[in-house]
Amino acid sequence: MSTTAIRPSAIGFDVAKVRADFPILSELVHGKPLVYLDSANTSQKPLAVIKATDDYYRHANANIHRATHLLSERATALYEGARKKAATFLNAAEAQTIVLTKGTTDGINLVAQSYGRSVLKRGDEILLSWLEHHSNIVPWQLIAEQTGAVIKVVSINELGEIDQDDYARLLSSRTKIVAVGHVSNALGTINPIKSMIAQAHAAGAVVLVDGAQAAPHLAIDVQDLDCDFYVLSSHKMFGPTGTGVLYGRKPLLEAMPPYQGGGDMISNVTFEKTLYNQVPYKFEAGTPNIAGVAGFGAAIDYLSSIDRQAALAHEDDVLAYATARVREIPGTRIIGEARHKTGVLSFLVEGVHPHDAGTILDQQGIAVRTGQHCAQPVMDKFCIPATIRASLGIYNTREDIDAMVRGLIKVKEVFA
Amino acid sequence: MSELNDLYQEVILDHNRRPHNFRVIDPASAKQEGYNPLCGDRLTLYLTLDGNVIKDVAFQGSGCAISKASASLMTDVLKGKSVNEARELFDQFHAMITSNPETPAPDMGKLSVLAGVREYPTRVKCASLAWHTMKAAVAHEGGAPVSTE
Repeated sequence: MSTTAIRPSAIGFDVAKVRADFPILSELVHGKPLVYLDSANTSQKPLAVIKATDDYYRHANANIHRATHLLSERATALYEGARKKAATFLNAAEAQTIVLTKGTTDGINLVAQSYGRSVLKRGDEILLSWLEHHSNIVPWQLIAEQTGAVIKVVSINELGEIDQDDYARLLSSRTKIVAVGHVSNALGTINPIKSMIAQAHAAGAVVLVDGAQAAPHLAIDVQDLDCDFYVLSSHKMFGPTGTGVLYGRKPLLEAMPPYQGGGDMISNVTFEKTLYNQVPYKFEAGTPNIAGVAGFGAAIDYLSSIDRQAALAHEDDVLAYATARVREIPGTRIIGEARHKTGVLSFLVEGVHPHDAGTILDQQGIAVRTGQHCAQPVMDKFCIPATIRASLGIYNTREDIDAMVRGLIKVKEVFA
Repeated sequence: MSELNDLYQEVILDHNRRPHNFRVIDPASAKQEGYNPLCGDRLTLYLTLDGNVIKDVAFQGSGCAISKASASLMTDVLKGKSVNEARELFDQFHAMITSNPETPAPDMGKLSVLAGVREYPTRVKCASLAWHTMKAAVAHEGGAPVSTE
């Protein structure tokens, strides 16, 4: 799918222009043009992000917050600049509520081990949903084991939506933490988190939202959502791997003990007593991924530079098109048909294991993910071992979907 | 797509459609579960041992064509072999599917149809799941599930 062949979409979103920003999209894979349909796994990076990390190493490489020389000032400005950009991106009231992490998984572990460990008592409940990614399950299992808290799981319906009646039923005064994804990575379901947060607050619980899959698609406003914690990863939203954000309500962050000890998270160290730094720094021990954060800042700038409403309308169009085209192929079954979805089409081809389909698609230059998508409970719920998952970024087109459909027909030929 | 045909040869597709020895042995001398958590492939391997000799071997489970065909071919080959011969075959098979694709593939008789896997490093664990399960089964005649992750 050469860039020149791509029509501007009817929505007024110039996808050809966006595609030209991503150098990897002109890569050949097994001699075929790359059709990248694995953005829920990790997104591709625009030139601006690649350049920002390169520029950091060429012109600003130094440690942050530590030295008086010019390079350290530049590095600190890039790092703290990204924090401010993340605050704006999430509409957080102040940059001090933004902890820079290694990513979503790190953010959830931080909240589980710091907040969870300080509040959870034996018999307290942590409420999760069946849709969750393993990284929003396992950190809670660890803290539950350590504190004697109990994990409760809200069921999902046959469309792949969280059962809101079950949610209301499971919320109680015993519920101390609700941890829920904004968008499901395996099925693409957009959860009604604003109303779920309001209900949790009414029950006296604190809410963590896993926003890893929402950030590249949806506008996020932590004040409007009224969430207590919101976590995301840079690499899902066109930035580098190894960095991300934990937004936390300031009084909560201030009351939480540090997660890891080390440099930068302290204000005074003696062997008698160490005083911790202010938020957010008390949660940022050690030299962070500064180049990654510089790239993350550039990714936020990039996202801010495009018309995100038009981008979402374009992605919705491609998802609807993909859904219709895959449904047309005899013997396919779509897994996850929520009324509100974004970016993900999970499906099966009768008689073909997803892994085999993945290999045959790859030989044609088409990158999809096959397997359980780190969401084994979702697979168990639908009684399937795995799915083929096509996931979208702002750069995907109907032509990409046409290529995948041709690839799936080839898959069916091999297994006929 | 000559490369693809190297992997998905007719023999493999046939074993996938109609796997040999796809049944339960009850009672079995050894029963072992194998699991590949990344892709969700699962199989249970059953062995009947007469002293040191594999009298019967069968499997059940779900998985991709490569893992199923590999299990099917393995069960065909193992019948009548001693446990030591089975271990040697494991080593030879593993060496074959991880060998350099630029070099000629070692001849392993009917197992050679799986040599194409060496072109696909992500699929090595699919082809080796049954073999790892067998190795664990003969080592302790049934125990904790093995995993190819």
